[in-house]
Amino acid sequence: MTSLNAKPTIFINPAKCIGCKHCEIACAVEHSQSKDLFSAIFEEPLPLPRIHILPMGAYNVPMNCRHCNDAPCVEVCPTGALYHDDDGAVMITPEKCIGCKMCAIVCPFGIPEFDALNGVMFKCDMCPDRRAEGRPPACVEACKTGALQFGTIDEIVANVRKETAEKIIKLKEGEYEEEYNGWDLFRSMNAEIIRINEGESK
Amino acid sequence: MKKYKEVSIDSTTQQMYERAQELGIETVWERLEKQQPQCGYGLLGVCCRNCMMGPCRINPFGGEPRRGVCGADADTIVARNLLRMIAAGAAAHSDHGRHVALTLLIAAEMAEKFKKEGKPVLELDNMASSTLPYRVKDVEKLKAVAKKLGIEIEGKTIRELAKEVAEIALRDFGKQDEEALSFLKAYLNPKTYEIFEKAPEKAGMPWFENGILPRGIDREIVESLHRTHMGTDHDPVSILLHGLKTSLGDAWGGSLIATELQDILFGTPQVIKAEANLGVLKEDYVNIVVHGHEPVLSEKIVEAAQDPELIELAQKLGAKGINVVGMCCTGLEVLMRHGIPIAGNFLQQEMAIVTGAVEAMVVDVQCIMPATVDVARCFHTKIIDTSPIATFPGAIHIKFDERRADEIAKEIVKTAVENFPNRSKKRVEIPKEKMSGYVGFSVEAILKHFGGSLKPIEEAIVEGKIKGVAGLVGCNNPKIKQDHNHIKIANELMKRDVLLIGTGCWATAAMKHGIFLPEYADTDNVGPGLREFAKEWGIPPAINMGSCVDCTRMLVLADLIARDIGVPISALPVVGSAPEAMTEKAVSIGTYFVASGITTHLGIVPPVLGSPAVVKILTHDLYDIVGAAFIVEPDPYKAAKLMYEHIMKKRKELGI
Repeated sequence: MTSLNAKPTIFINPAKCIGCKHCEIACAVEHSQSKDLFSAIFEEPLPLPRIHILPMGAYNVPMNCRHCNDAPCVEVCPTGALYHDDDGAVMITPEKCIGCKMCAIVCPFGIPEFDALNGVMFKCDMCPDRRAEGRPPACVEACKTGALQFGTIDEIVANVRKETAEKIIKLKEGEYEEEYNGWDLFRSMNAEIIRINEGESK
Repeated sequence: MKKYKEVSIDSTTQQMYERAQELGIETVWERLEKQQPQCGYGLLGVCCRNCMMGPCRINPFGGEPRRGVCGADADTIVARNLLRMIAAGAAAHSDHGRHVALTLLIAAEMAEKFKKEGKPVLELDNMASSTLPYRVKDVEKLKAVAKKLGIEIEGKTIRELAKEVAEIALRDFGKQDEEALSFLKAYLNPKTYEIFEKAPEKAGMPWFENGILPRGIDREIVESLHRTHMGTDHDPVSILLHGLKTSLGDAWGGSLIATELQDILFGTPQVIKAEANLGVLKEDYVNIVVHGHEPVLSEKIVEAAQDPELIELAQKLGAKGINVVGMCCTGLEVLMRHGIPIAGNFLQQEMAIVTGAVEAMVVDVQCIMPATVDVARCFHTKIIDTSPIATFPGAIHIKFDERRADEIAKEIVKTAVENFPNRSKKRVEIPKEKMSGYVGFSVEAILKHFGGSLKPIEEAIVEGKIKGVAGLVGCNNPKIKQDHNHIKIANELMKRDVLLIGTGCWATAAMKHGIFLPEYADTDNVGPGLREFAKEWGIPPAINMGSCVDCTRMLVLADLIARDIGVPISALPVVGSAPEAMTEKAVSIGTYFVASGITTHLGIVPPVLGSPAVVKILTHDLYDIVGAAFIVEPDPYKAAKLMYEHIMKKRKELGI
């Protein structure tokens, strides 16, 4: 097993999620038999996504497996169907799964879902085939806004540190300019509409 | 599921929405919720599906991808998408106009044919014969329109004039020369015309043929599709300039032809009192809802519903009679001309069916949700589609043919009447609420009311008794609580002594809330100046000018005021607003208001925010190009304030 810090995972940033749901489609295609969109939509059973975009007022939140280090689902699984693989991804062995749903009960993120057709649980597996080829998971590749990022915790926080440091210097030098951001503008207007619809404005 | 109070401020909608929930009927609000989250690329306008290298989208956060496969950036993509919306909106209005022009032509040609067959000559020459499916109801208007178009009137019969007017109208659709539309030239004041001529020059694009003056209604729409085809026009400025041009072909062409020729065929509206809201449905009657936009059909349904044989049939089947009511703009057309009650605006189409008291919803074109068929399945209601270009799966298809108008209208009404015994009386629940109001304010009716000229309005503006005029238009959108922004903006403007004129679903909203009653001027929602003016002239503080194609009535009114003062329309203390915009038609209307010189507010964010360049052109640069621009503001209070400030700025510029 690699060190905990070196394990890659999928990071989410709701501020950048514009709700296009491309990640959901890419995930379903990746978990189809054909791995091809135009064929996948005709498959039986239809492939299902393991990531979900939740509209939360003016924000959209991508919800997928956090692949916890101390994963309650792995702890509670009575048959050992759930386990960490070498990359630290939480995986399911369907053959061992008895569909008791204990993993779903203990998951604080509501991630494991029940596949009624096969009577087993399914969840994000961080795309093992892609990882083997050194490619990012399907959802991350599909996300063009940076709402989903794939990397190690060290890489992610290092990037945030760097961006913020740059901003601090620019602010100090008086060079910092808030960039035009159509989505934030839209979201602020949308927040206003939500406020109006939920009650009286002003 | 939403709480009923979140979906509408209209109590009839609230009641019927609650009922739909009880019965497990899915409505527009559930469908909107199931669509959440809606795709941000689409919301921002940065999704391009114009070729098969794509679909492409641009990262709105500034990172990659910054360009589509062809290299188009966000500015190009957003501008192209907006132009396509304008073109579709202009197409819908204009095709409606074409249909009316063709109807007039067909009627005139039938009169000619019957004349040759030796039928009564005088009646046919006067286009008054009952053998014709459509007659000329307003001879004076026909003559006035003919005169404006430069047609020699002396010595010609009504039939000949009707034919000539219809032919000029139809030529405006398909002519290939570089001249501006005949209707535009006949109706537009020279100073605004000059602005249209010079607009592209001001925008740094002098190569535009004949400025932004539309040459052919169809041509500008086709050119919009051409420009937005892969690899053609990429500069957001030239793309949007053509957008202005296309929308002007709608305003001073397609829509204007629709309004004017409908007045000729069905009569120019005159002031009349009528009722609005779901309470106009009657428990003991056969209820027919005419829904859509074209009065060419609904006029005939209204006539057929008065047929003694059909009324007798209704009575034989246990009903007291036949009750025709309107919905959306077709409803406004028959409301304006005959005082036929209007059951509601866009978001009430499903609600009307949920009353369980509708025998038939007769639909033509535009703004009809295919979901009406699904809701109707839960009751005995029949959805009857009538337009050869609008077919609804699961509906009954009784397609319309102008030549056999009366016969088909009777068949439709008969189908509705025969459905009455299928109504389950236990399941009928009609909300009680309805409101009355004065409608029918065509430009002609306004002139008549004010003693032949607009002087009283102009003087009141100069005096400051009324600060200016706001034209409120169109649509409901389930993203906004139904009618909330319509009414709030109206009240906030009236409080500031702004006279309101309006059309479309705004007008229906205003009527339902009592704004078209003269007594509304006594409420706190109307300022002292406007109150005094309304009382002095015996008018409500807001004026219903008709359906959404009738936005041209507002333009013609603005044009007349501009002529009187000797300024372009853009100099007037006039603003527009689409508080709950929804359709592509609303995009075209907003654009032609702005292009014609009327700064216009949108209460829904149009899909343009993905391009800062396009946003700047629409909300800023257009002031220098055509003298007006867009204001985008979802909060109705802030919006009314911005609109009022614009009016005050215009007053200052005029020195009043």
